[in-house]
Amino acid sequence: MTGVSIADKTPGSHGESPLSGDGASTGRLGDRLFGGAAIGAGAVVVGLVTLIGVFLLSQAIPSLMKNEANFLTSTEWSVGGDHPRFGILRLLWVTVLSSLLALTIAVPIGIAVALFITNYAPKWLSKPAASTVDLLAAVPSIIFGLWGLRVFGPRTEGIQNFLREKAGWFPLFKETTVGSFTTIFLAGLVLAIMILPIITALSREVFAQTPTTHKEGALALGATKWEMIRTAVLPFGKPGVISAAMLGLGRALGETVAVMILISSLAQGTDFSFSFFDGGETFASKIALGAGEFDTPQKTGAYIAAGLVLFILTFIVNAIARIVIERRKAFTE
Amino acid sequence: MTAITNGLPRDRMLSEPRDLDLRGKSGSRALKNSVATAVMWAAFAIAVIPLVWILLTVAVKGGHLILDSTWWTNSQQGITARREGGGAVHAIQGTLIQGLVTALISVPIGVLTAVYLVEYGRGRFARIVSFMVDILTGVPSIVAGLFIYAVFITTFGFTRAGIFVCLSLTLLMIPVVVRSTEEMLKLVPNELREAAYALGVPKWKTIFSVVLPTAFSGIITGVLLGLARVMGETAPLLILGPYTKAIATDLFGGNMATLPTMINQDRDQAVTLPAYDRIWAAALTLILLILLLNLLGRLAGRFSKV
Repeated sequence: MTGVSIADKTPGSHGESPLSGDGASTGRLGDRLFGGAAIGAGAVVVGLVTLIGVFLLSQAIPSLMKNEANFLTSTEWSVGGDHPRFGILRLLWVTVLSSLLALTIAVPIGIAVALFITNYAPKWLSKPAASTVDLLAAVPSIIFGLWGLRVFGPRTEGIQNFLREKAGWFPLFKETTVGSFTTIFLAGLVLAIMILPIITALSREVFAQTPTTHKEGALALGATKWEMIRTAVLPFGKPGVISAAMLGLGRALGETVAVMILISSLAQGTDFSFSFFDGGETFASKIALGAGEFDTPQKTGAYIAAGLVLFILTFIVNAIARIVIERRKAFTE
Repeated sequence: MTAITNGLPRDRMLSEPRDLDLRGKSGSRALKNSVATAVMWAAFAIAVIPLVWILLTVAVKGGHLILDSTWWTNSQQGITARREGGGAVHAIQGTLIQGLVTALISVPIGVLTAVYLVEYGRGRFARIVSFMVDILTGVPSIVAGLFIYAVFITTFGFTRAGIFVCLSLTLLMIPVVVRSTEEMLKLVPNELREAAYALGVPKWKTIFSVVLPTAFSGIITGVLLGLARVMGETAPLLILGPYTKAIATDLFGGNMATLPTMINQDRDQAVTLPAYDRIWAAALTLILLILLLNLLGRLAGRFSKV
């Protein structure tokens, strides 16, 4: 359901790989055509990713050249006219802050749910429990947004006000111009729910692969169930959990519609604030909100530049996830 | 160690070693163990609450509208936010058409890529393809939409249309299809391939008439799950697929409604207006559609031969 699996990193059903390469090909026309089509499809995928990078870059550069503010450190965003001034600092902050909040909440819960499914749940419950959590991933993000705004959000007002009052001295919890519940904080909470299934699904897979001998060894030495998990399951699953968290982070960084619905926009020129209780836009929601403004190449280019930064950000996060998994594979084989 | 036999008849202990009383462990360790168990159960409860809450909200607020037959036969043409009535057939149709076209483009590419990775791919290029599929999995949907916009609308000067939405959704669907097909192809026993080769069947025919049919139901599962994912996608539609209240079936020109954009259109309406009920009904319709696809996908998985 998540489209991501670590099963593909493990060898085939009998431990050996399928017949290799062209040893099995007859070299006849049919084989050459079909083999060519398969390689072609692979090339299309490589080409698409490359094209995404190239096109975004080529269209972002002219706008970046005209930009009169520092793209990386400015908090302004006015992309039209002869003197465009735009920068991504605020977008970056809101994106990172909301995603990290989501991650901080979703990772511990995700690990616990994965452990529940693999080690604690009674047999009859374990499969339905896994499908139930997977089902959460099937809910479209716009419905998360709608539910967050109309149903869940108003119920978080209490805790948000509590934090504002009691912890307001701390820059992260400072009172801002946004008085209502439509803050970065709310977006972080809803994002946490949205990335929970992906973190759970991947952690579940690695926890289930813990060698039974490790687990039984721990139990035989007199460990309680929790001690067995702490000493056998968690260390074994650590790389998997890290990459699950990274993939979850990638999802959160790029989430668009739910965030767009949940966080209030700020008026031009509002002071920058570090607070969770501020409004603003993430990269993704800024682009979606700006869709009506894509009328000149210069304006579009500015949004594409923001999209490019988001692409690079998610690329790095996903690559880290991939590398962590690869190293684990090298280690366990 | 007396605690081990504590109060248990000896024969029972031997037959059911699970009933060992381990009270011999120190209090704090036992306590930690119980706390951990409680935390795991609580975490599961926390994970389930939002799902139940969302499903209930949508069902309660939108249920009465979709039970009305006009919901499935009428469009929103001529219906303003203050007026009751109208249906979602224009949006349902748009979502289905775009989903179908997306699947038609991405399934061949995805399945062939998976065939390449499992049956042909060795060495450097295969690793690059595999890595790129991972990267494509992580591409945010808004970036996919922005890319298609940058290519077709800014560079080639087309106007926004349904087909471009399909192309951007294709980018999101390909990696799902590749990954699930790849897993299924790996499950096909090597003996089947070897038997075909031994009979002198060429490699392409082996793949086409032995490997792919064996993995067929699994591939269908992957396709349906991928379809479920892209049908609920909204972000690229905001850039590429403007909403319209009328029925539109032309992918190559004009606006085209979909369920996500229908929700987005009226999401700011006041609670008292009839339009407010319609967004929940549209949400319910969308969830039902996606759940149906998920269900069909899992059902197809049941018939898997591998």
